[in-house]
Amino acid sequence: MNVYLLSLLVFSPLLGILMISLMPKKEERTIKQFGFFGTLPPLILSFFLCSQYYSGVALSAFSIKVDWIRFGNLEMYDPKLFAVNYELGLDGLSLSFILLTTIVSSLAAMASIYIKQGWKGYYLLFLILEIGMLGVFTAENLILFFIFFEMTLVPAFFLIGRWGFLEREKASYYFLIYNGIGSAVLLVAILILFARTGTTNIAALTQMMTMGGVSLFAPISSSMKYGLCLAFLIAFAIKLPVFPFHSWMVRVHAEAHPSIVMVHAGVLLKIGAYGIIRFAMGIFPEQYESLALALVLMGVISFLYGAWLAMVQTDFKLVLAYSSISHMGIVMMGLGALNEAGLQGAVFQVISHGLIAALLFFLVGALYERTGSTMLPNLGGLARSMPVFSGFLLACGLASLGLPGMSGFISEFMVFLGLFKGQPLLAAIAVIGLIFTAIYILRAVMLMTFGKNDSLEEKEKRDIEGWELVPALVLLGLIIAIGVYPNLLGGPIQSTIEAVMLALGGR
Amino acid sequence: MDWNTMLSYNWGAMMPEFIILGTTMALSILDLFWPVHFNRRKLAWLALTGIILAGLSLISLLSFETVSILSDTFRLDSFAKAFKLLLLVGAGLIILLAEGYEPKEGLREHRGEFYYLFLTALLGAMIMSSSGDLITLFVGLELLSLSSYILVGIRKRDRASNEASMKYVINGGISTAITLFGMSYLYGVTGSVNLGDMSRTMAGMTDGQLQYIIGLAFFMVFVGLSFKIAAAPFHMWAPDVYEGAPTPVASFLSVISKMAGFVILLRIFLSLFLTAPGDVFGALDFLEKNDGYIATMAGLTIIIGNVIALRQQNVKRLFAYSSIAHAGYLLVAVATLGGGYFLIDTVWYYLLAYVLMNIGAFAVIQLLSSQSGTEDIGMLAGLGRKSPLLALAFTIYILSLAGIPGTTGFIGKLNIFLGTFITEPGHFVLAGIMIAGTIVSYVYYFGLLVQVFFRPIHFEGAIKIRPGVSAVLIICAIGTVIFGIAPNIAFDFIHEQFGDFTDFISSK
Repeated sequence: MNVYLLSLLVFSPLLGILMISLMPKKEERTIKQFGFFGTLPPLILSFFLCSQYYSGVALSAFSIKVDWIRFGNLEMYDPKLFAVNYELGLDGLSLSFILLTTIVSSLAAMASIYIKQGWKGYYLLFLILEIGMLGVFTAENLILFFIFFEMTLVPAFFLIGRWGFLEREKASYYFLIYNGIGSAVLLVAILILFARTGTTNIAALTQMMTMGGVSLFAPISSSMKYGLCLAFLIAFAIKLPVFPFHSWMVRVHAEAHPSIVMVHAGVLLKIGAYGIIRFAMGIFPEQYESLALALVLMGVISFLYGAWLAMVQTDFKLVLAYSSISHMGIVMMGLGALNEAGLQGAVFQVISHGLIAALLFFLVGALYERTGSTMLPNLGGLARSMPVFSGFLLACGLASLGLPGMSGFISEFMVFLGLFKGQPLLAAIAVIGLIFTAIYILRAVMLMTFGKNDSLEEKEKRDIEGWELVPALVLLGLIIAIGVYPNLLGGPIQSTIEAVMLALGGR
Repeated sequence: MDWNTMLSYNWGAMMPEFIILGTTMALSILDLFWPVHFNRRKLAWLALTGIILAGLSLISLLSFETVSILSDTFRLDSFAKAFKLLLLVGAGLIILLAEGYEPKEGLREHRGEFYYLFLTALLGAMIMSSSGDLITLFVGLELLSLSSYILVGIRKRDRASNEASMKYVINGGISTAITLFGMSYLYGVTGSVNLGDMSRTMAGMTDGQLQYIIGLAFFMVFVGLSFKIAAAPFHMWAPDVYEGAPTPVASFLSVISKMAGFVILLRIFLSLFLTAPGDVFGALDFLEKNDGYIATMAGLTIIIGNVIALRQQNVKRLFAYSSIAHAGYLLVAVATLGGGYFLIDTVWYYLLAYVLMNIGAFAVIQLLSSQSGTEDIGMLAGLGRKSPLLALAFTIYILSLAGIPGTTGFIGKLNIFLGTFITEPGHFVLAGIMIAGTIVSYVYYFGLLVQVFFRPIHFEGAIKIRPGVSAVLIICAIGTVIFGIAPNIAFDFIHEQFGDFTDFISSK
């Protein structure tokens, strides 16, 4: 049973897909319900896995490995050559990403109730997207990883292009091309590794690249290793994204439907960080170490640049978009710090930003539903008409700027702790960004809750109520839980981080 | 050659060809004598039966050892079997498409001709894949070419069709002449037309003067065949001809004719130029030494095909450029020789993928263009709302053409890439061009999907799908997905049946 659990988890959204595809197009209510229920099986399974983990079952017990594809006719040399297995596996790091995926997906499926048309297609694509995301975090070899990675690309393209705001198609093209280039770079790196070593298994590759001693089809020179490491870094830096690869993400955040952005900002961007930790850091520790300074630099630039631009935006969605860039800069800084605190901080920041961004965009969705606008000047005085909403907004904003007691604080604190140890000068410069962050978040929240309202018509605004409280409370609860008791997340990821640090030289 | 030698040949090896020939003759006689008012559409089923029977007899021949008859002019080796199988699958699908083809001005009077000309073209392609001799290769090529010239112009009263046919005849004629000229040099150098003999003679030619002539012959043959596979810069005819030709013929040109082009290319290159030495010392073989030229052509083809496809408004022209780009991807495999490990099976698998996805896409184009009366990209608009299943099938083909994982197109490209990286030094520039081309192709392929899913409905009225066409749609969609998710079905089949294609040339 155990070995099939992961496959079940990854492909369980198929159940929802099946149910929805059998429904007639017009049944809005039922389709929406099925869409939400479709995200429940993976959620329940991921909770089950989590409980297994806490009850002491080794996560490696869930690994599955089945023969799948064998390229070329080289069996007479070695049956394992150019064989790609279907292999899924789990460790603490992927478990936490999976939980993030299932929780955010379920809540986003709830928030998708604001979708006005084309429900059937929407939920079908949404569930396919979830399969892709779950697969990415469990894949044990690079080809499988890439397949799932691309599997998120196609549904996301349609979800952005069909159900977004005015310039959605342009945004979806930007998404497609930027991510397409990222995937292309990634694919080349993967295939060079595959062609020259004959395997794509991540563990085997890590062994080969770090220890050596295995005869290869064609040599991988040390400069080629740098190239490959760089290729992985670029591919995932586009996905993350950090400056200067960020322009697609701003458009997507501004133009896609908020419930899609919940998933996009909450999970999809995080694949970038996951990939850097797993592949760039894991397979090429030596090369990664010498490129780390560039990463920190990119991180600092994104952090400051994103925060600076977020201060002057008049559209709340754009404030959030630039804030995402800024926060991903923190992740990059942590990854480049090359020590345990930095890496831990980076993972914390990834998860915490996933939750915070999901909550913020959920609030954006709820707000847009009521006001039809996300422009800051039109939104003043929400504290009067929507006190509960404003409360959540403020709480979430504070989490985002790193108020102690919330998850944002833990991650930023650890990243800076790590960075000051490694690169004190850059860390000192980056600290300025913390002030910017406080400014832009408080500015936006203040303008919305207490500011003057420029729009002439005073619309009747309901506060958030009923089911809408569920996503808001769940996300806020998790943010505070991680903030108060960081070991909730720190425990599972510890073993992975230690393994990576060991390869890096254990500083 | 006396009667007894004739009888002693193992004619069973030619069974598939005989069946196609017999069907062709039966069709032409039936078409001649059946009354005019009788609908020729039914003849398609006879043609299909012939193709299926030929396929079955080929499958029964799979277990045979290599057979060589007619003094090694006709060979039934692994290579021939593998590619004939693909040719027959493609032809069967296209016949089904042709059965459902209904142009505006009607095809009634020429429908019978269409089917038997189609079969003679197929016969030419099959002979080509089986020939061990330059003469039979050339005869097969001509049989294929002459039949397709007529097929392109079969809509007699349509100006575009006539223009396309004219262009095709002239371009094809030039290319054939160039190929033949190149072949004549090869004959002059080796004194033989049998590929096996030529290969052995050329293997010892370390004389610089002779190598110069071999080089000349190589370029002539390569340029001539590049017309056939529509590789840049000899691709100019393709868009015009595809646009003017009836849709099933366009799909025939882009699939069967191109496949035949690659078959003859591989036959000649691998048997002659792979054994010929590339310099006076004989350290490198000719193909390795000169792979830069093929690589340049491959790169150019990918760039030109993909970039010009971006600007196309006519769907058939767009697919013409897309098929040019795919020829470029296949040329990458030829240029790198698959790194030594991934050549014939790579090309075979890619062509399998290409057969399925391209014929599927052409089926959708044929359906929509005949019902909307236009071939503009806009005819796809709103298909997702109008006919979700058809839109789903179309999406599968397009994703496969774009090389998205989960489809055959992806695995095919993967194979080609493996060949480019496995050697030292790897062909990084070529791989880079190929991947960049793939990204560019996303723009126009997804542009088609944008029409399908984001745009309002273009024309009213339900889409009527004839059973034959819907069979094509289903087979292509399922095949594209199955071979994409479980490619080992195809890989195991080809490796178990044909191994490494070691019986490529006769070893007399």
